[in-house]
Amino acid sequence: MEGILALADGKTFRGTLFGAIGEAEGEVVFNTSMSGYQEVLTDPSYCGQMVVMTYPLIGNYGVNPEDFESDRPYLSAFIIKELSGIPSSWRSRETLDEFLKKHNVVGFQGIDTRALTRHIRDQGAQQAIISHDLSNPKSLIERAEKSPSMEGKDLVQQVTCKEPYEWNEGDWDLHTGYSQISHNGHKESFFVVAYDFGIKRNILRRLTQTGCKVKVVPATTPASAVLEMKPDGVFLSNGPGDPAAVSYAIQNVRDLVGKVPIFGICLGHQILNLALGGKTYKLRFGHHGGNQPVMDLDRRKVEITSQNHGFAVDDKTGNDDVEITCINLNDQTVEGIRHKKHPVSSVQYHPEASPGPQDSSYLFQEFVNLMKGNR
Amino acid sequence: MPKRTDIEKILIIGAGPIIIGQACEFDYSGTQACKALKEEGYHVILVNSNPATIMTDTDFAHRTYVEPVTPEIVAQIIEKEKPDALLPTMGGQTGLNTALTVAEMGVLAEHNVEMIGANANTIHKAEDRQQFNEAMERIGLQVAPSGYAESVEQAWEIVKKTGFPSIIRPSFTLGGSGGGIAYSEADFERMVNWALSASPTHRILIEKSLLGWKEYELEVMRDIKDNVVIVCSIENFDPMGIHTGDSITVAPAQTLTDKEYQIMRNAAIDIIREIGVETGGSNIQFSINPRNGEMVVIEMNPRVSRSSALASKATGFPIAKIAAKLAVGYTLDEIRNDITQVTPVSFEPTLDYCVVKIPRFTFEKFFKTPPLLTTQMKSVGEVMSIGRTFKEALQKSLRSLEIGISGLEENFKSGGELLHESESDLNRLREMLKLPHWDRLWHIAAGLRRGLSVEEIHKITAVDPWFLFNIKEIIDFEKEIIQTGSLDKLSDADLRKAKQMGYSDQFLARLLNCKETEVNSRRQSVGIIPVFKRVDTCGAEFEAHTPYLYSTYEEECESNPSDKKKIMILGGGPNRIGQGIEFDYCCVHASFALREEGFETIMVNCNPETVSTDYDTSDRLYFEPLTYEDVLHIVQKEKPDGVIVQFGGQTPLRLAIALERAGVPIIGTKPDDIDRAEDRKRFKEVLEKLDIRQPQNGTATSLEEARTIAREIGYPVMVRPSYVLGGRAMEIVYNQDRLDLYMDFAVNASPEHPVLIDDFLDNATELDVDAISDGHQVVIGGVMEHIEEAGVHSGDSACSLPPFTIPLAITDEIKEQTRKLARELNVIGLLNIQFAVRDGEIFVLEVNPRASRTIPFVSKAIGIPLAKLAAKVMAGNTLDTLGFTEEREITHIAVKESVFPFIKFSDVDILLGPEMKSTGEVMGLDTSFGRAFAKSQIATGIKLPPKGTVFISVKEGDKSAAGKIGKSLAELGYQLMATQGTGDYLRDLGLEVAHINKVKEGSPHIVETLEAGKVDFMINTTFGEQAVKDSFSMRRASLTQNLPYCTTIPGAFALVDALHSLKTSSLSLSPLQEYWKNEIQTA
Repeated sequence: MEGILALADGKTFRGTLFGAIGEAEGEVVFNTSMSGYQEVLTDPSYCGQMVVMTYPLIGNYGVNPEDFESDRPYLSAFIIKELSGIPSSWRSRETLDEFLKKHNVVGFQGIDTRALTRHIRDQGAQQAIISHDLSNPKSLIERAEKSPSMEGKDLVQQVTCKEPYEWNEGDWDLHTGYSQISHNGHKESFFVVAYDFGIKRNILRRLTQTGCKVKVVPATTPASAVLEMKPDGVFLSNGPGDPAAVSYAIQNVRDLVGKVPIFGICLGHQILNLALGGKTYKLRFGHHGGNQPVMDLDRRKVEITSQNHGFAVDDKTGNDDVEITCINLNDQTVEGIRHKKHPVSSVQYHPEASPGPQDSSYLFQEFVNLMKGNR
Repeated sequence: MPKRTDIEKILIIGAGPIIIGQACEFDYSGTQACKALKEEGYHVILVNSNPATIMTDTDFAHRTYVEPVTPEIVAQIIEKEKPDALLPTMGGQTGLNTALTVAEMGVLAEHNVEMIGANANTIHKAEDRQQFNEAMERIGLQVAPSGYAESVEQAWEIVKKTGFPSIIRPSFTLGGSGGGIAYSEADFERMVNWALSASPTHRILIEKSLLGWKEYELEVMRDIKDNVVIVCSIENFDPMGIHTGDSITVAPAQTLTDKEYQIMRNAAIDIIREIGVETGGSNIQFSINPRNGEMVVIEMNPRVSRSSALASKATGFPIAKIAAKLAVGYTLDEIRNDITQVTPVSFEPTLDYCVVKIPRFTFEKFFKTPPLLTTQMKSVGEVMSIGRTFKEALQKSLRSLEIGISGLEENFKSGGELLHESESDLNRLREMLKLPHWDRLWHIAAGLRRGLSVEEIHKITAVDPWFLFNIKEIIDFEKEIIQTGSLDKLSDADLRKAKQMGYSDQFLARLLNCKETEVNSRRQSVGIIPVFKRVDTCGAEFEAHTPYLYSTYEEECESNPSDKKKIMILGGGPNRIGQGIEFDYCCVHASFALREEGFETIMVNCNPETVSTDYDTSDRLYFEPLTYEDVLHIVQKEKPDGVIVQFGGQTPLRLAIALERAGVPIIGTKPDDIDRAEDRKRFKEVLEKLDIRQPQNGTATSLEEARTIAREIGYPVMVRPSYVLGGRAMEIVYNQDRLDLYMDFAVNASPEHPVLIDDFLDNATELDVDAISDGHQVVIGGVMEHIEEAGVHSGDSACSLPPFTIPLAITDEIKEQTRKLARELNVIGLLNIQFAVRDGEIFVLEVNPRASRTIPFVSKAIGIPLAKLAAKVMAGNTLDTLGFTEEREITHIAVKESVFPFIKFSDVDILLGPEMKSTGEVMGLDTSFGRAFAKSQIATGIKLPPKGTVFISVKEGDKSAAGKIGKSLAELGYQLMATQGTGDYLRDLGLEVAHINKVKEGSPHIVETLEAGKVDFMINTTFGEQAVKDSFSMRRASLTQNLPYCTTIPGAFALVDALHSLKTSSLSLSPLQEYWKNEIQTA
């Protein structure tokens, strides 16, 4: 079935709908990962966004029951050049088309995704509508224009868990799948409370695997309630939307700094910086992909990182106790910080990868070391 | 880290001649490395015996040794030049092995030379299977169960454990030479023996076969600070069991989930660290069990490779250039990405297109070898194409192959193997699919057309269903197209869809029974034309500043042509026998020259191995098939002021007339004049007008005609199909029976495809002339005398510049005829003429008003860049203004020798004939013919024995010559050995000759003696079908023993001359820069 993508700035693309047939609204961003579309689809950080994959051939290995980063897709639409006619993988259980249908996500294919990507690169990420109604593109453009932009949007509330829960799943193995690890009663393990701003499961798996007993709590959980749990460390997760709009989280983190070791990733990193007095700003089109070079300023080494963010932390940290630990070599933006006095640090990128390179996986161990040092 | 300042002089070892498994990708890599190091201010010393390389142009190194790439010679160069460092990773396996031997000889330690990039330990660890397997075990990675054998007995022990089918891999060989798959005990022993003899260390690996598993490759780079990036992932279309050089490959990997890909990525990083490649690139091959994802490491190449060249072209990330910079101490984050200009190369390229590479085979030239693919590489070239889908890229690369097909067409006659005609012949098709034929892609398509399911074909071939399904989509759409019945009835939407699937106009025309031009005009009228997208390393995340473009049927065009004065150069397409690196060399020179003249240069080519497809070479690069349709699209977009068709060999020349008709401004010699030289009848008129002789000849369109013409001319005659390259299907025919057979079997003569018949000039000497003309003035580049007699293809014959036996008066007359022909044909640019001289009489054999195979050789011999001058002439300069008005006389001797792929093709004879078989060439430069010839022989990889036994067996007519040769050899201290006839003749001359039986005379016979290593070289000439057949096993044995051999008398004389000069003097080594020290560079 034919469909249309209308961007707020008036640009339109004609293509074919797949997955759930219907309308979708969201901010269009592009992702440059060549593999890992299933992880992208189920990453809650994409809530409120339509993702266009720059790699044109998608769906090649289908969808399997393992590569989920959350319980379902949160993005509002998935835009690709060509949907694979068949899945080819020993792990595949359903096609991408079936998966999107099941979860009521609009798929859009057959467009010049490179042209769309270049447009976003030059004009910035923006709101858009996908529709099966081709009769009035102008009205679609108007609707896209009126659609509220990412700035000021608290999307965390839409993706965070309702109740706290414990996590026991560890790393994935090719032959045995996910391991189940219980840290109950283990003296050597560390108790980590993880704020769920839209947390990716692989973060939890990495924490568990690295020796943490993990409890996930809703984003609105007060700092005092967290401290009452007597955690060895607090983890601040990734998530969607504008960090500045998540004021309750910023306040909670402010209350935690200095009292417990903290490690943050992505949105968690931004919230931590806001809590420490820094500022965040919206990037023109963000970083979404698995090939971003990050320079570790201590070791002067480069890591290839997985990234997914539309906002960034200003390099004027606004706090003399905060130092920048790593930067993005493509555009020199802040990729990580550390508190000089407290065991508090965060990174903008995704050391849990999934999808993407695992060069920075050691950061989970560093968090554990931080907690160990604090004991 | 900034670049190292403790080293100043760096020696780079090139790969030598083009052979199967080592083609012009190493010129591409080496040229990049030379350029990068020179730019950084290092003093670069280069050794490479291949004159047709860009890297051996004197601009690219400070000291350029066109000398044999052997450990002895490299050691001498090191003694002479005293470099601080040696970069061994740019010259393929040859470079690596040579460097390793030089290190083992103690030369590096003695002269305090550091190996940079990869050191001897690392190379050993990567190349020695045992060490490699142990290393993999240490880092917890799996390898295929295997064992090492140094004898047949040991091999049997191992295979008992690993089982059949069994992979046999000799150590330290190239392109899998000598390796193979033994399917049963019956094959095993023979293959083990072959492999043991192929390995320089006489060690082989017996390995469990992973037949049916999938194959992947990763290109990895590491810097001195241990930063590692993956440049590209490649998934092979073909499952395990086919050499990766012979596999159809696709980038990026298509069917790996991210979790699986990251396992492979992590493994690659662990491997490059464990093996210890400190700086530079490596290629790592993996195999995956498609049933459970189990991963096995196949091998690692600690150097740039064919795959790294492909990965560079596929991603826009110049691996060799960056490897060179890393080798001198830079880190990845310090090097800027040329394409984005703002980001560093410490990142991993992301593609927003699909890349397909397809190898080009020439089984038709070695038709005794079954056209099957194994672990030993047999392809001679490759094409790459870029599309937004696999389907588009696949079909683009199929038409890039230039094998007479325009896509995944039905009824493609693949060497008469299977005509795909019988709808009912499904079982035959299934049988064909079981074995990996080189043209299996068409067999798969044929199967799908006839209703075989993707599942069934997957079961038979183990090709991943994802690839098969994409092919099925192409085939299914073909049915829809055919059903529409005519072009008029095909909807615009379907036409567009067809183009998006990569259907060429020609393919559509064949499906719809119309003309290609009709499809083209229909498309143009409704605006279905391609756009051009950029290869930018980053999936459009950053702006691309380098116009590296490919066509596709999408919305937005990024070509953004300039309004500068511009000239477009059409490249040579895939390497094949008869058209190789020499033409790419000329195209690159044209680009450089025209840039100097202030033009914007635009290159069009589809060969990923080449320098011409480096985005750095021309201002703009279109990575596109060289077909009428594809070239025209680019011309329409770019609107160049001129298009050059005379540098890329037959490929662009074929298009010349059609392009000119379409209004394309072709510069240089006019297509019509080219046609006057190529068309038999018109050429005859030219010669008659100029009163120049040619051998008697005629054109036959039927058997009857052929018989009549041959009778009139008198046997022997030379027969060949018209418009062929490299002497394809050319034969010397001695009688009518053979002529009948030829007409019947080899060619189907018809008015469209006539057969050309020439008087064969027995025992004549051939000469090649390269000249340049500006339309008024004609200057001779060089005259080359062939060493082998007429009848051996000029591309296979060795030659000497200047001539060494032909009298001056004759060469003067040849030059005069060249000038006359150039003027008559209004040549603007290059001209190559082949002459034959017999008893003082001169005959013109053919005139090629275009760049020839010998242009790079002549240019390097005389020190004048002929291709560059020609390009400038074509752009409107006169030879006067360019200062090239007189032939350059040289005081030294340059010898060109050819290199042959016989060892790769079982059951193939090594005799030379009118059909070209060589893959590459080397050059020997010295001050005497003997020494220059000796160098050329050494450069081909032959060891000239200073003493030992020479076996001589010649045909009747060569006996007296054999007597002279025998005498000279005896005087030089060699022992002679011969069979009865030749032996008696030599003994009658008073020579001492050991007797040996012919094979048919029984044991102990010559083949046994050869195999026992009791002969040091062989001279064998033969005539007549039976005699050739009888002596075949003997020649084959000398080949597998890697003995020097001569199959012609002139060749034997030259070799005797070489041996003599080796005895009486030592080889002196000089860089080209020394040869030209006192000469004024003209351009």
